[in-house]
Amino acid sequence: MAKAEFGVPELTQYVEVPAIKEGAMAHLKPFVVNNPDHNTDLGFPGELIDDWQTKAVEKLGDLCSRYRSLRVYLDSCVKCGSCTDKCHYFLGTADPKNMPVGRQDLLRKVYRRYFTLAGKYFPKLVGAEDLTRETLDEWYSYYHQCSQCRRCSVFCPYGIDTAEISMAAREILDSIGYGQKYCNEIIAKVHKVGNNLGLPGPAIANTLEGLEEDVWDDAEVHVRFPLDVEGAEVLLVTPSADFFAEPHVDGLIGYGKVFHEAGVSWTLSTTASEAGNFGMFIGSYENMRRVALRVRKAALELKVKRIVFGECGHAWRVAYAFLNTLAGPFDFLDPNYPVPQHICEFTWDEMQKGTLEFDKSENDDKVLTFHDSCNVARATRMGDLPGGQFEIPRNVIKAVCNHYVDMHHETIGERTFCCGGGGGLLTDDLMELRVKGALPRMTALKNAMDEYGVTHMAAICAICKSQFTKTLPYYGMDMDQIVSVHQLVSNAIVLNRKTPPPEWAEEEDEEDE
Amino acid sequence: MSTLYALLFIAATITLVVGVGMKIRQYYKTPAPLKIATTPAPTTPSGVVLRIFREVVFFESLFKGSKWTWIFSWMFHFALLLVILRHFRYFIDPVWLPIQLIQPFGMYAGFAMVIGLGGLLARRILVDRVRYISAPSDYLMLILLLLIALSGLMMTFVVHTDIVAVKDFFNNLFTFGWGPLPMDFLLLLHIGLVIVLMIIFPFSKLLHAPGIFFSPSRNQVDNPREQRHLAPWAEALEKQDKPGN
Ligand code: SF4
Ligand code: SF4
Repeated sequence: MAKAEFGVPELTQYVEVPAIKEGAMAHLKPFVVNNPDHNTDLGFPGELIDDWQTKAVEKLGDLCSRYRSLRVYLDSCVKCGSCTDKCHYFLGTADPKNMPVGRQDLLRKVYRRYFTLAGKYFPKLVGAEDLTRETLDEWYSYYHQCSQCRRCSVFCPYGIDTAEISMAAREILDSIGYGQKYCNEIIAKVHKVGNNLGLPGPAIANTLEGLEEDVWDDAEVHVRFPLDVEGAEVLLVTPSADFFAEPHVDGLIGYGKVFHEAGVSWTLSTTASEAGNFGMFIGSYENMRRVALRVRKAALELKVKRIVFGECGHAWRVAYAFLNTLAGPFDFLDPNYPVPQHICEFTWDEMQKGTLEFDKSENDDKVLTFHDSCNVARATRMGDLPGGQFEIPRNVIKAVCNHYVDMHHETIGERTFCCGGGGGLLTDDLMELRVKGALPRMTALKNAMDEYGVTHMAAICAICKSQFTKTLPYYGMDMDQIVSVHQLVSNAIVLNRKTPPPEWAEEEDEEDE
Repeated sequence: MSTLYALLFIAATITLVVGVGMKIRQYYKTPAPLKIATTPAPTTPSGVVLRIFREVVFFESLFKGSKWTWIFSWMFHFALLLVILRHFRYFIDPVWLPIQLIQPFGMYAGFAMVIGLGGLLARRILVDRVRYISAPSDYLMLILLLLIALSGLMMTFVVHTDIVAVKDFFNNLFTFGWGPLPMDFLLLLHIGLVIVLMIIFPFSKLLHAPGIFFSPSRNQVDNPREQRHLAPWAEALEKQDKPGN
């Protein structure tokens, strides 16, 4: 079990709703931007400005006039309490400011003070407060303890989505130069290099060649992993973690094999080598748009006909729900397909067309379950029918595995629990929060292991995969238990389309002789 | 005293109508720049109408979230609706048939209101999480509604007031004439508190009533891949640096 400098919650049969412990997580905050460039590259002041108080209040007013969600949500909460026990971070930490409404109230009390009649004249009565340095720091702390997973919005009678409030709060913080290091550094990298990890084109090309060799060694079939190929049918945009991290990369191999067997030409792009769009995490429409436009640009330059996104949760939200608005219209692409498509939609379509053959027994060493990633579940869709985002990935898994069971029904589907690392929190300085926030999912998984002998959990999100790789050991489980959906596809797919051996393979053979 | 009440009532009505009207206008005019429906969401406008209908009539999401809160608040809201409808007979003449028909239910709905409000108040006090998020105004709102309900019930079942005179008072008011209001303590309390409620409506969390219709996570059609959803302020960005334009 991994060493922890904080108490790791114990797994019990059920996640009990804890009694509140005020200030339990007040000590935790992620690193603040320390290189002013990472703020200014994004269009924000380099460091905390002197008149932050006035400017923050102004920004709040500005956002209220531009976002109906924010305005309506700040006004409408009746403090019914329905959301209070729904957040994984509250369940794992017991800090009342991690209850969704507790989190919202940090902003709401300031909104009431400066923008409502009641708060101006009777602040005590309605819980309105001036914006003080203490409150500002609390914003920084607790709005970076929300993974923007939207679970709270499912249970709120008015659909109040704390994710929207967190995004607004982070945008206010950024606008006064009080940004979070992890997110802003990454966005700066995307703007400069094209992906979150700052991988340059040659490094990606190298990795992809390596993958071709691996598949060749394994199956004697030359499955291509093309980069920047003009005129390909599909542009695949995938999280950069897919290029090297485990188990992500096995998923990427799976996509490649599916394209190969389906006979659909495809390509990756060096400039759009990242599906994730951290612009959403910091609530910045402008940055989100800038990041999204890279995809449009790559699609135009490479003259593709379709855009497909790889396995990534928040990325799929921006792709599915925002891409068309931010970077559309995509009238230059093939109108027969939605723009963009999810790789699971692509694979499932091909499965139904019958172009793919599988040997399910290849996955017989596993009993699978599926973790619905929060943003896929509650902010997107796959296919034509509502709920397709739950059906289609499961259909894909069941088509390639013999043994599949779902976890407890209150922890999947629209009620799924976030992995604990989403929304710009996947950073080591927030490890305590990540481990504690994983509690509900870890509990559900452990129960499924004990009851049904589940051995592995599949996911379609780069954040979920990285997060579980880290947190599973804290709970006494194995990091390899988290797998990519297309890793399962990759294991079971039968490669029928034989190819001539690649040049380098012939060379190798010659060398061998 | 009657004149004061008449003036206050008019002022309260204006505040309520204008205040809520302005809020609705503000909500309507504020753009929702992105599609953020909580999914699974309907893919057609009629589906959205149905979703909002289920929220408004059955409190669907609250039902998912907390059964106790759901029972008490549903009881309260629907009793309140019946009671308000029943009160129409004090304002209109002749009384419409449906209003006549609900009279017996409306009379007892007052009790359901009190039980519902009592349950919500108890929850607010007893559950540590709900206590933590409650401001003084949250308690006062429940107490205000409780007092309105109790004073009304007292008049219905214990100390009756001169209801014919009350009806005359309101009918006069609609034609901007002053009539006398019976000087009964309970009646004055009842009407006084209703006036307070009407005045604070547009400035308080009671805005959840119009708010629910404007909540983007509930009222949006799930069709972002088919249709762009540009806010006016975002359209200005369209002109900048867009590849392929
Ligand atoms: S969006 Fe998710 S993480 Fe944020 S408050 Fe709601 S439930 Fe918690
Ligand atoms: S469920 Fe909605 S209305 Fe109720 S307390 Fe939470 S945010 Fe407020």
